[in-house]
Amino acid sequence: MATPAVTRPRPTRGHGPSPRTETTLRIVAPVAVGLLVLGAWQFLVSVVGVSDYLLPSPASIIEEFAAYWPSIASAMLITGANSLVGLVIGSVLGIALAALAARWRPVDRMSAPVVASLAVVPIVALAPVLNSMFGADSQFGRQAIAALASFVPVFINTLRGFRQTTPVHRELMRAYAATPGQVLRTLTLPTARPFILTGIRIASSLAVISALVAEYFGGPRGGLGSLISTSAASSAYARAWAYVVASIALGLLFYLVTLGLERMLQRRAPQAGGRP
Amino acid sequence: MTDTGVRETSAVTDAAAMTPARDIRPPRRPGGPGRVRRGFAQWAWGLAGLLVVVLVWEGYKLLGPADGVVVGGARVLPRTTDLAMPHVWEMIGRLAEPVTRSPSAQPLWLVVALAALTTLGIAAAGWLVGVVVGVGLALVMQRWRIAEWGILPWIVLSQTVPLIAFAPVVKSWGSRVEIGAFEWQDWMSVALIASYLAFFPIAIGALKGLQSPDRIHTELMQSYAAGYWQTLVKLRLPAAVPYLLPALRLGAANAVIGAVVAEVSTGLQGGIGRILIQFAGQASGDPAKAWGPIFGAIVLGLVAAGSVALLGVILKDYRRTEEAA
Amino acid sequence: MSGQTGFREARAADAAVEISGVDKVFETRSGQVQALDTIELTVAAGEFVSLIGPSGCGKSTLMRIIADLDEPTGGTLAVFGKSARQARLDQEYGIAFQQAGLLPWRTVAANVALPLELHGVASAARASRVAELLEMVGLSDFADRYPDQLSGGMQQRVAIARALAEQPRLLLMDEPFGALDEMTREKMQTELVRISAETGAAVVFVTHSIPEAVFLSDRVVVMSPRPGRVREIVPMRLGTDASARAARTEELREERSFFEMVTAVREALHGSPVATGPRGVEHR
Ligand SMILES: Nc1ncnc2c1ncn2[C@@H]1O[C@H](COP(=O)(O)OP(=O)(O)OP(=O)(O)O)[C@@H](O)[C@H]1O
Ligand SMILES: [Mg+2]
Repeated sequence: MATPAVTRPRPTRGHGPSPRTETTLRIVAPVAVGLLVLGAWQFLVSVVGVSDYLLPSPASIIEEFAAYWPSIASAMLITGANSLVGLVIGSVLGIALAALAARWRPVDRMSAPVVASLAVVPIVALAPVLNSMFGADSQFGRQAIAALASFVPVFINTLRGFRQTTPVHRELMRAYAATPGQVLRTLTLPTARPFILTGIRIASSLAVISALVAEYFGGPRGGLGSLISTSAASSAYARAWAYVVASIALGLLFYLVTLGLERMLQRRAPQAGGRP
Repeated sequence: MTDTGVRETSAVTDAAAMTPARDIRPPRRPGGPGRVRRGFAQWAWGLAGLLVVVLVWEGYKLLGPADGVVVGGARVLPRTTDLAMPHVWEMIGRLAEPVTRSPSAQPLWLVVALAALTTLGIAAAGWLVGVVVGVGLALVMQRWRIAEWGILPWIVLSQTVPLIAFAPVVKSWGSRVEIGAFEWQDWMSVALIASYLAFFPIAIGALKGLQSPDRIHTELMQSYAAGYWQTLVKLRLPAAVPYLLPALRLGAANAVIGAVVAEVSTGLQGGIGRILIQFAGQASGDPAKAWGPIFGAIVLGLVAAGSVALLGVILKDYRRTEEAA
Repeated sequence: MSGQTGFREARAADAAVEISGVDKVFETRSGQVQALDTIELTVAAGEFVSLIGPSGCGKSTLMRIIADLDEPTGGTLAVFGKSARQARLDQEYGIAFQQAGLLPWRTVAANVALPLELHGVASAARASRVAELLEMVGLSDFADRYPDQLSGGMQQRVAIARALAEQPRLLLMDEPFGALDEMTREKMQTELVRISAETGAAVVFVTHSIPEAVFLSDRVVVMSPRPGRVREIVPMRLGTDASARAARTEELREERSFFEMVTAVREALHGSPVATGPRGVEHR
């Protein structure tokens, strides 16, 4: 049956720009918005005279960033390591439990409500008791928070991925009398892979955010989160913002690395996606 | 309806929850006893899951070494002393006891509930601001494609970075900003951060929803010579409901997280974030007490998300997403 | 404009659709696509015209241009003597697509009422008009159902009722029965013939089915692809005014003249006499 509407580009509102202009605008527009915001910010600070405690100027933040680079770098290392450990643990647990849930219905039924609740509750609230469980000098409390936070999206996406195998493929495997291991290797895992990778990518940002925020709840100092609150408490606002910028850089790094990983593995198996 | 995750989602959330219920919804059946029974079974299984968590906790406490498991200088499994891991029944029993030893002290659960209510109020204010800003931005992006191209990449990007780190800085705004009779209150800093976290999923969900009508429907409206506003009210907004509801729910959960974190980092009194820190400080003498506000925070998140889910019940007619093609 | 008099007046005034020299070129990433090339076509008021042709020959594009959902790159177009845009703003036509395109959150009645609602018809008048329309398409009992509770054929009937809601003088239909099974399809065709006779509306009807075009139409426009052109316009001899159209019944499908015209359209479509249809050959 002819359904041309599906194959055509989406409807333009009125008469849109030509394809080439569109490509250009898609790049120019965000850059312009970014520059505009940055310009307005600097303008607010240096011309309108918004005070330092409200918003330090971009220039002074950069200055502080350069001046405190050694401490920033070591803080990034601490927070980054916590996030990484949490991400790895959370992902491994998430994939493992999702595999169990996909295999055994009771596990699925018991874990679904718990994970759904975990997705909406403030996990960082656990930070103070984790500190006392693992010892006040241990970074493991933060790593555990990051792990719990990463666990949720990895579990949900992986379980979804495991459910993507189509009946026709499963029946094909049955017809081949494939062993469960073979089915896992040749069908289930390749189908689920894009979903797992997506879960990990989402988890990567969450891991950084959680590890950082957990530092506000006490525990050893030295990470980005504790340095931001110390600087803000001592009215060194530009320095606090410099640490904020460092956190952004760290979050971006995690996101880009996992995105790159996703792209790389996807390119190797472009048809792995479970599109029916 | 596969989703390989090209859809970007709030970094503080999960991908699956951003999809409208379309692909997870069971086939529609007329309501009735079957539905009720299924709902009951779900609760029962959920309770069983909770029980497993409790069993793991108590089992480890019983069998694990008192000083935890230390591998290469790092403790990878917690200490099992009563100080580090109180029994579950102690945590629950503690809720009924007074907060302090003073004779006039209120029971712990009441203190936690009052604090949770305060935080819920602040989070709700933040959520409302987030809804207004998020839906507003989505409307602008839907109306003008150049706005979508200019703004959307930044929204997506800002979801992937821990911008919430700036929470302690916002504290400095308190009582220093005065515009006429308006004075910036400390709780507003907290609400601002809550709204900031709430707005991302809402903006993206709303945009997706507003853009979701099929070409056949937009052209139908065009053939009726319907203007922008008529198309918005009769077509785009109703079509956006299945996308908006999960977004609003995530926004609510995010607002709670933002409010709790912001209370901690700005040191605001009266909310659950404050007593989280305060009671944790008393944990060496009274370990079970620290769990009170944690239960409070969990209930808070569930209540916030659940209230939005109620909205979904009211709007159920707009969730017949199966295309009438 | 109810009934025959209004329809005759309209015919005296203007043709329903007048297309002359219409071109359509699409700009795409991979270059230009000429979808339509100097189309000439006039549809008289009250006339039933079918467009038929191979996939991609521009039938939908032509219909969309008439409906002002797309703009021609060249040539002129008039709908009841107005520009296509003005005709759309004046709601001169009703339209039905290949898919029913009902809004899933509205009941059947509310779906039919949509255009009336948009154009500010008072709610009492709306309700009675909707009842009338649902009666006409035989769905009165389903007014409060939702689209997902209807079969495909019923959904399509709702869409047709919706297209007729404002008593348009022109109906545009793009393969409206394309997704239906043969039985439902024939039933719908009979109903459409009846409805168009009752309302006296002109119809532009896109289809892939030769028998369907023959059964329904006063004239069949045969198009050829790349670029889309009108190859031939085949007049049907089944009676061209509304009363004759009303006389078209199921028996017609079995008549000899029907098969002759099917053959004529098929030959026009293939560009030369075809020897494949044995019956066609016999009748020659
Ligand atoms: N928006 C568009 N952008 C680019 N090309 C288009 C667009 N719309 C239609 N075309 C092209 O114009 C030509 C005619 O398309 P149209 O949909 O009118 O064909 P059709 O006769 O309706 O086909 P079918 O019978 O399959 O529905 C096709 O080659 C198609 O690819
Ligand atoms: Mg077509």
